[in-house]
Amino acid sequence: MAYKTIIGLEIHTELMTKTKMFCSCTNAFGGEANTHCCPVCIGLPGALPVINKTAIEYAIRAGIALNCKINTHTRMDRKNYFYSDLVKGYQISQDDIPLCEGGHIEIETEEGTKKVHLERIHIEEDTGKQTHTTEGDTLIDYNRAGVPLIEIVTKPEMNTPEEARQFLENLRSTLKYIEVSDCKMEEGSLRCDVNINIVDSETGNKTNITEIKNLNSFRGAVKAMEYEEKRHIELLQKGENTVKETRRWDEVKGETISMRAKGTVADYRYAPDGDFAEIVLEDSWVDEIKNNLPELPHHKKERFIKDYDLSEYDAGVLTASKDLATFFEETIKYIDDSKLVSNWIMGDVLRRLKDEEIEIQDTKLTPKSLGDLIKIVKDGKINNNTGKKVLKEIFDTGKEPETIIKEQELVQISDEGALKEIVSKVLDENEQSIIDYKNGKDRAIGFLVGQIMKASKGKANPQMVNKMLIEMINER
Amino acid sequence: MITREQVEHMANLAKLKFSEEEIDGFTHKFSEVLSYVEKLNEVNTEGVEPAYGVNNHIQVLREDVVQEGLSREEVLQNIKENQYGYFKLLKIVE
Repeated sequence: MAYKTIIGLEIHTELMTKTKMFCSCTNAFGGEANTHCCPVCIGLPGALPVINKTAIEYAIRAGIALNCKINTHTRMDRKNYFYSDLVKGYQISQDDIPLCEGGHIEIETEEGTKKVHLERIHIEEDTGKQTHTTEGDTLIDYNRAGVPLIEIVTKPEMNTPEEARQFLENLRSTLKYIEVSDCKMEEGSLRCDVNINIVDSETGNKTNITEIKNLNSFRGAVKAMEYEEKRHIELLQKGENTVKETRRWDEVKGETISMRAKGTVADYRYAPDGDFAEIVLEDSWVDEIKNNLPELPHHKKERFIKDYDLSEYDAGVLTASKDLATFFEETIKYIDDSKLVSNWIMGDVLRRLKDEEIEIQDTKLTPKSLGDLIKIVKDGKINNNTGKKVLKEIFDTGKEPETIIKEQELVQISDEGALKEIVSKVLDENEQSIIDYKNGKDRAIGFLVGQIMKASKGKANPQMVNKMLIEMINER
Repeated sequence: MITREQVEHMANLAKLKFSEEEIDGFTHKFSEVLSYVEKLNEVNTEGVEPAYGVNNHIQVLREDVVQEGLSREEVLQNIKENQYGYFKLLKIVE
């Protein structure tokens, strides 16, 4: 039997404005509880919310970058529900006229490039943050209440958890590129809910849609989708069905847990918010935002291929994160050799980031220290292997490469007299290897080079050693 | 027509509790109000754009500049219980 998975995503992203969506309170993350509040964001009677122009601008930026149509005539609506993190008994959101409509993101599948279409992007306010204490109390901090959010809703067009993961990666990359959100899942500035169900391709039977919440990482999201895929299929095979409900992902147990049955949209009693007049945006302003849009990932990739003579693959890896792309471009200011810099970053630098699961901006490596290091290696002052050791030391200590080389006396020995002395000593100690080599055992050379590098503490110039070694053996 | 179940559902959404008699009363009154308002359906609105307000005001947007809000003491002054500067959710005993 063939089953098809259907996945749609809802992503909430906090915008990096200076102030909140509807009041002038600071939009800084964290802070002492309830110190970023005013009558508007704690919902005191008589307070009048006024829209933040920059929040609209950022939302439009996202809309343009994600290929949406921008609705220049729009409005705010009230979404009514009662929950303690919501001060007013309603959330100011958008109902039938979202700021941005349609749009798409491209992902790569085995069948080629696939467009995942967006339903909409609308603007709304974030809620307060609840903390549950061990005594069973619930404490609420309203610093986050009123923080500007965009909600991005996709069409149910992804068919594997991997496609959803790619969509999320590309979305995050784009939002970071256009500088509207820092997209930190751990700080909650990017949150993702998944809608998933299964269709039996033969009978056409479908399971009811499950909504999964509490996903704290893309990896967690993938695991939760895989878990739900399996759960839905097992129920279908038994001739049963899922309940239309919201489930919570439990990262520790690795399973989803039922939270509540999902109400209907009508239960939210959406209605135009009378605190706002119609929002009318000038076309010229939208054009201006479009013209000033920062470079998007795929544009940067094309430019990297063209300007820096990189392969498509390398350019893709280097531009996947804006911070890495910037790091690359900053580094080549110190060493004008884009291929060499690309090789270093794609090799040892990325390996280190992957091992430690960190981003380039979280390390002690700077473009200057990497650029200087590559230049030192290129000039032959130290050899490649020593260079790698120095790189590791920079990651660990943040010291300048020159300092490390000086402190550990790593400068490459290229002095012919000094090298000759080492080679000669090694040959004296390994006469059997000389005999082996003369008898046609080429492997002996490798062994001898190893001994020489060891004797020189890795500092001997390898090219000179190779040349000198053969000459000196033949002289014996 | 409005059913008793619909009234109960609406009361539940609004977190309001009513006696049996009150619910009976609302069921009757809701139906009356609705049938009165339904008269509007007789008007031909074909080709008329929906209106959400009677004035032609356009929303003013605010510049993104931080201003001092309330002090924490002010924020918390009207609440029954707080702990460590947080709002404390009152436990509801049914």
